[in-house]
This record gives sequence, structure tokens and C-alpha cells, in this order.
Amino acid sequence: MFAIAEATFLAPDVKRFRIEAPRVARNRKAGQFVIVRVEAEHGERIPLTIADSDPEAGTITIIVQGVGKTTKMLNRLEAGDTLPDVVGPLGEPSDIQNFGTVVVVGGGVGTAIAYPTAVAMKQAGNRVLGIVGARTRELLILEEEMSATTDELHLMTDDGSYGQQGFVTQKLQQLIDEGEEIDHVLAIGPIPMMAAIADVTRPYDIKTVVSLNPIMVDGTGMCGGCRVTVGGVSKFACVDGPEFDAHEVDFKILSQRNKMYREREKRSLEEFEMAPQPELDRVHACHLQQEHPEVGPRVGGA
Amino acid sequence: MAERLPPKQRTKIPRQEMPEQNAKQRAGNFEEVNQGFGFAIAEKEAQRCLECTDPKCMHGCPVGVQVREFVDLVLEGEYLQAAAKIREDNVLPAVTGRVCPQENQCEGACILSKRFSPLAIGHLERFVADYERSTGLVGLPERAPDTGKKVAIVGSGPAGLSCAGDLALRGHDVTVLEALHEIGGVLVYGIPEFRLPKDVVRGEVDNMRKMGVKFETNVVVGKTVTMDQLFDEEGYDAVFIATGAGLPKFMNLPGEHLGGVYSANEFLTRVNLMKAYDSDQSDSPIYECRDRNVAVMGGGNTAMDAVRSALRLGAKNAFIVYRRGQEEMPARKEEVHHAMDEGVQFLNLHNPVEFVGDDEGYLTGVKLQKMELGEPDESGRRRPVPIEGSEFEMPIDVAVIAIGTGANPLVQSTTPGLETNQWGYIVADEESLRTSRRGVFAGGDIVSGAATVILAMGAGRTAARSIHDYLVTGEW
Repeated sequence: MFAIAEATFLAPDVKRFRIEAPRVARNRKAGQFVIVRVEAEHGERIPLTIADSDPEAGTITIIVQGVGKTTKMLNRLEAGDTLPDVVGPLGEPSDIQNFGTVVVVGGGVGTAIAYPTAVAMKQAGNRVLGIVGARTRELLILEEEMSATTDELHLMTDDGSYGQQGFVTQKLQQLIDEGEEIDHVLAIGPIPMMAAIADVTRPYDIKTVVSLNPIMVDGTGMCGGCRVTVGGVSKFACVDGPEFDAHEVDFKILSQRNKMYREREKRSLEEFEMAPQPELDRVHACHLQQEHPEVGPRVGGA
Repeated sequence: MAERLPPKQRTKIPRQEMPEQNAKQRAGNFEEVNQGFGFAIAEKEAQRCLECTDPKCMHGCPVGVQVREFVDLVLEGEYLQAAAKIREDNVLPAVTGRVCPQENQCEGACILSKRFSPLAIGHLERFVADYERSTGLVGLPERAPDTGKKVAIVGSGPAGLSCAGDLALRGHDVTVLEALHEIGGVLVYGIPEFRLPKDVVRGEVDNMRKMGVKFETNVVVGKTVTMDQLFDEEGYDAVFIATGAGLPKFMNLPGEHLGGVYSANEFLTRVNLMKAYDSDQSDSPIYECRDRNVAVMGGGNTAMDAVRSALRLGAKNAFIVYRRGQEEMPARKEEVHHAMDEGVQFLNLHNPVEFVGDDEGYLTGVKLQKMELGEPDESGRRRPVPIEGSEFEMPIDVAVIAIGTGANPLVQSTTPGLETNQWGYIVADEESLRTSRRGVFAGGDIVSGAATVILAMGAGRTAARSIHDYLVTGEW
């Protein structure tokens, strides 16, 4: 069992957890992830990036966006609750070197994944420029943390409710157009965003790395469910990645494979939200009922 | 307690058959196919043992179970003692009694098989273990006094469990480290519920806890904790690597990325470990098989497990696509017959050349090529040769690739100084199972390549003997 030491909402449906996992905290490097199960009997295994760790305290930090049944169930947990399974650190660490000027692009909750690598890039002596984007103001996360670790931070919202109006790709293009000498780009966010970033940097031959988010089961290389096509070759994101050269990744295949269980995912979420009470009992009986007295039969998605 | 019949009369008793669910019924559920012996049948079968002075069956068993002795205890009605007798050599009798290819091992060596049918040793072993489980009691052999030595076992599959059991009996402090969230390796993610109920595996793991073995799940050695940390920081005196051969092989055909194309490992892990067969309860989805066409590529036991699972998930047609002939099929005969009885269709001498999909990226069909058998190859089996111009496309919604597995490189790649061969398997001395690193032993599929449950258990026993010697003498 893995105890939750701290749980705080950063944005609606985006929650930060500090979890006691001493061995993971001690060995983890930027770019790596954990696989988590929220419910012991019938729960699925989901991958989540390690956003931070404190080896002294023996804790890791994960940031979770509630998009489906499991993440929404997770986001209802509080400090003092436990997770049955947390395994990691998994995947290859990010390639951290002194490249010169590095641009770190984070889209939505992808910022949480980009953040640890941004910190490592800064520590390695890079000049780090940050571009953080979100649909709207309240979904923009980790501004303070990103600001502390970057030499320059550009905040973008699609609707212009905060920072500058526009997409992260527009800001990156603008930096290039203004003559910024960029040696390395790290982009993490939704698949269309990462594909668009790759298209921006390709003509300039700027080395661009993305962290891929395919469907995973075990996360240790034993099933190939997370296989992605990179440079025409099949790779397992859980052991060969999750970071790959953006100019080599087939984003279309990734996007198609990620939709494979869409119907079933939708049904699971609907069933969960239609009848939240028994699900909550399974997670943590008394506690959540006290914390969420408003929870009752509720219809509709997020 | 039953009277011993004279040998002549013993040979007159026919071999007792295992009751099983009928094929039509069982193809629609995940419940166990074989139903097990009752007391009367077990006694009748036990009577058939000729009590050889030099029992060949015991030598035919890779872990050397004392068959004559335990069968004798069955006849005396001392079932828990029979269990304890088996457990001296085998920590998983409820498992091995179900999944061993006994025809090639203990039963193949049974003296009765020369003129009659061999003693049903597997069924009797299973009977004893199931009886034990039904009572909630456990027949355990005696444990040696504590030695104060700590051993880590990496991987909780058959090799790791067998080694852990033997070392615990010798008085060592044993901890099994497992990467997944459940103990058992292939026993829980690979072999389906209808051949090996997961409760049976859990029962055996609980019995091992009673023997003093500790278990830690969610530990990926090389990632969560390194080999050096196990020795330097966590105080282990020896490590046994039993990580298996769990790396799935793909065919590298066009369209292999399509939705609906699975490795057998993923398909079976979703169905078994993640319980996707129980779609009302499990949160882990599996691609819809109900009323659809499923093709499994391969002819081994894994292929049979996958295709029979697909049928139980409601497949309209479930095919085995195998590039050689029925005779060359490596799966156990019993499994092939079970699959046929349940309605699996066999496309022997067929080989896939391409997976075909729609614009959305979902599988819609498989292009197959017909084969004919040529000259025998190095494995002694006749080599399949493609027939020119024989390609045709079959409408298929789900394809499962079960053409074998390789060595997962995770532990090797993160452990400096651990020698591997050209295929990535760990190099270990045949006798002692010692690796190139002091204090580190390896055995089972991660050394030999994919084999059987019982052979892995045999390797675990060998490792236990060798680790014990090392711990006692300190000599490497």
C-alpha cells in the first residue's frame, strides 16, 4: 500500500499528489513514470509521469487530470488515503545535456510532465525558455514552478483569458522568427500539439523531443500494448521511451491506437458517474462521504 | 485406509479419467475445464501404483517429487501428509498437477505405461493439493533453523517460487520481488482461469507465506531498486534472477500497429491478470471479440490459451493460423483436442503476410499465404515453404500474435557486469546457475529461453541447492 501524504487541486479536475514510495523516490530521474492502480480488486493500471520527488522524505509527486473513470476515482482521494499499487520509476530518463538554449513546451497537464525535465535541463547549465499553454486561464498549471526554473516563461491561453492569446506553436514560431538560437526543444501535451510542434521545428532541423502517452498495461516491456512507430520501426514506449525524436514519430498511428477503447472508456466513465456511491465505498468508505457530502446520483460527464 | 491389492489386480484397474465440463458448455465460460478427482476415484487410481523399488516416475519429474511415497499416503487416507511429502520437493502441487505435460515427464516414465496406461500422477497430485485447500489446512514439511542469511528472488514465476520454497525450508530469510501487482508470473498473467484458477495460485502463495517466504509486489529490479542496492543497502547475501522470457515477439508485418492486433502477452494479461473477461467488474478493457472473427497466429500452448480465451469472450469464429502442419504443432495434444472440441478452427499450413485495416486504424482482415512442407530444418521439423500465388485475404477483427517470446532485457541492461548471450539471455553455469556476478544466480526461462512451468521449477530447485552451498561456504 502506498500512502498519500498530500493532495491538492491545481485546477478543476487536475490534482497534485505526494505519495510515499521511498524506493521510487530514491532512484527516479526526470522523464520517468509510474504505473498506478487505484482500486485493488478490479482496477486498471494507468501510467503517470513523476513530476517531482523528495528522496529524503521518500515521496514522489504525480499530477493527475481527471479524464476517465480511473483518474476521476483517483482525484477523489485525499491525504491519508492509500493506493494499492505504485510501480516505478519506469521508462528511460530524459536525455539531459548542456545543449545551450532549450525550449520546454507544456500543453495543459503536459506541463506537469515537462516540468521535471525543465528543472534537469536548467541544472545541466542550459538556458531554458518555457512556453506553457492551456485552453483557458483556470487550466494553466505550475506557473510558479515553471517560472522559477526557466530564464524566460511565456504563458499562452487559447481564449486569451491569461498571458498571451494563441497556441504554443505560434509562440515557438515567433521565437524562431525573432532569431532566437534554439538548440533543443522538448514538447509535451496533447498529441495534436506535439505533432504541430514537430512541424514547426522540422524545417529548421531543431532537435525536438516529445514524451508519448500510448495506452500501457504492464509498463515493463512484456506486452507491446504501448508500441509506437518511430522512424518506421516499432518501439515500446514503456522501455524504449517514453521520449522520442518528434520528427520520427508517427503521430497518426499513436492517435488511432489511443482511441482503441474509446467506447468502453466512455461507458466506464458514465457508469462511474451515474452511480458514484458504491465506487467511493470501494475506495475509502467513511472518509469521502464526509469530505464530499454533496456526492449523490449525478448525471452526465465532466 | 485402503487395503493394498496384489500387483496383478492393480493392473486390471483401468486408468481413471478426469471428469470435465462438456465442450459446448465450457466454451462459454471461464470456469475450470477439468473438474478434479473425488475421494473414491483418487483411491482407485492410487491402487494402480506398482510401488516400484526404483521408481522411474520420480526421475521423470524435473523437481523429483517422491511419487511412490505420496501415492502411498493417499491410499492410507493421509492426505495432508501426502501434501507435505510433495511439498518437500514441489511448492506448487495444485499448479503442477494441472499444467505439467506429464505425458513427457513422470507419467511418461511410469512403468505401467509399457503395457498399460500410466498412473495418473498429475491428477493425484492435484487431488491432494485441492483436498488440502478445501480444508484450509496445509501439509508443510519441517523448516530448518534460521541461518540469518538473506536472499532476494527476482521474479515470482515458477522458477522464483520454487527456489524461494527450497531456500525457506533450509532456514534462509527469503524475499520474492515481483514487478507486477500480483504474485505468480505466467501463472497469473499467462495461463487462463479455465486451465488454472487464480484462486489456486493465490492459495499456493499463501502456503508459501506460511513457510516463511516474504513477498513484495511492485518492485522492478533494475529500476525500483538496483542490484547494487540489494547487496549494499538492503543487506541481501545472494540474489536469484528468475525474470522469465516475457518479451513478446512480433512478426514485423505491415499493419501490425492496427487496433485489434495484440501480442499474446497483452491479450492474455488483459484477460487473466486484469480480469477483462469479467467486463462488468474489471476496469481494464479488451477489444471487442463478441460475434467477431479472431485469429491467433502460432501453434504453441500460448496460442491455444489465447484462442480458447477468444472463444470464451464470445468470438463468432476463432482460428488458429499455423505455418506448419498439425503434426508439427508444439502445443500439448490435450490442449489441441480441448480447443478442437470447443470449436476452434485450425488453418494449418497458413502464414500471415499482412494485416489490413480501415481508415480509422482498425484491423479488418489478414492476408494469408498457403504453405507446404519441405525438407526438415535444424529443429528436425519439416520446413514450411510458401506456395507462390496462394495469397488471399480473410476478414478478421482481432489478431493475436503468439509466435514466442524473448528475454526481457530490463534487469540485464541495468546490472553492470552481468553477462548475457547474443539473444539477451543471462549466461549462467549449467550446474551451479552462477552468473558472472558474485552472489548472483539465474535460472528458468531467462537462462534457457521459454520452456515449461515444471522445467523452470526444476531450475529453481537447482539454484536453491547452489545458493545454499554458497551461503554456507562463502566460496564462489
